[in-house]
Amino acid sequence: MAFDYDKYIRPGKLPHIWCPGCGHGIVMKGMIRAIDTLGLDKNNTAIVSGIGCASRLPGYMDFCTLHTAHGRAAAFATGVKMAKPEMNVILVGGDGDGTAIGGNHFIHACRRNIDMTYIIMNNNIYGMTGGQFSPCTPTGAKASTTPYGNPDPAFDVAKLAIGAGATFVARGTAYHATQIDKLIVEAIQHKGFSVVEILDDCPTTYGRRNKFKSVIEMMNRLKEIAVPIKAAEKMSAEQLEGKVITGVLYKEERPHYTGEYAKVIARAQK
Amino acid sequence: MEKKLPTIEIIEKYCKGCHICVEFCPTKVLEMKGFVASVKNLEACIKCMQCELRCPDFAIKVSA
Repeated sequence: MAFDYDKYIRPGKLPHIWCPGCGHGIVMKGMIRAIDTLGLDKNNTAIVSGIGCASRLPGYMDFCTLHTAHGRAAAFATGVKMAKPEMNVILVGGDGDGTAIGGNHFIHACRRNIDMTYIIMNNNIYGMTGGQFSPCTPTGAKASTTPYGNPDPAFDVAKLAIGAGATFVARGTAYHATQIDKLIVEAIQHKGFSVVEILDDCPTTYGRRNKFKSVIEMMNRLKEIAVPIKAAEKMSAEQLEGKVITGVLYKEERPHYTGEYAKVIARAQK
Repeated sequence: MEKKLPTIEIIEKYCKGCHICVEFCPTKVLEMKGFVASVKNLEACIKCMQCELRCPDFAIKVSA
């Protein structure tokens, strides 16, 4: 039987606003399959986002959802988790929302190790606001605000998350659709702050400016640059040049924030 | 024994014509008919579900 996505989508909300070929829909499907696999209760799951194309996602999902200020998904989600520690909290957002405007919230959520899952859809650009360059735009790439090429090096979201203290970090791509739900399932099951970066395509504002002739070319690029972590271990540094490693990149067990905070409350009440 | 064919439902209202399903189908079952995808060669379908998985618009449903 075909998978019944409609069970988890608010009636009458489709078709969504994303452009033809945008990978956000693929990520949303992966997320729905992951939620279905885990059997999460709709009334006990909060999906929180900031602003941007990717942040439109909670609007379609039939869960407790929160569409907040630009970059502030992590801040609002922290509030939800602190008020209701038993709730499953999933954050979604794009690279601009998560690593630029919400960069500070992001790194501190990582540092605190709050038991939440952050799905970052990295399409290398600010899509919704008109194709400005983001911290994840590759060096030399063109955006509406870097018409002669971007001089900045790009953030490696996974390395940033590991460095800031996230205890589960994984990376997938929109092309590798079957992998997305597996990574999200593992991320939600992990007790602590988990980050799943999904490399995505933006054909409208990134592809057209950067000589990608079609959505298919962008998807093929994702296929070519992705190297599974097991295969990457056997490859030399030269072979890995220009590639990105996918799979579960980092995992550790560390006390999580709501658990530690409950201890503080207990100490204060003594 | 006759091969049991799957059914591929394409919701035309949702399809935005991105070509992903047509290009990445390993057995070339689908084609573009105007702006939307349509089934061209159902007999070749191997039920790999890649079109359904990769359709960003929730427009394809494959039932084996």
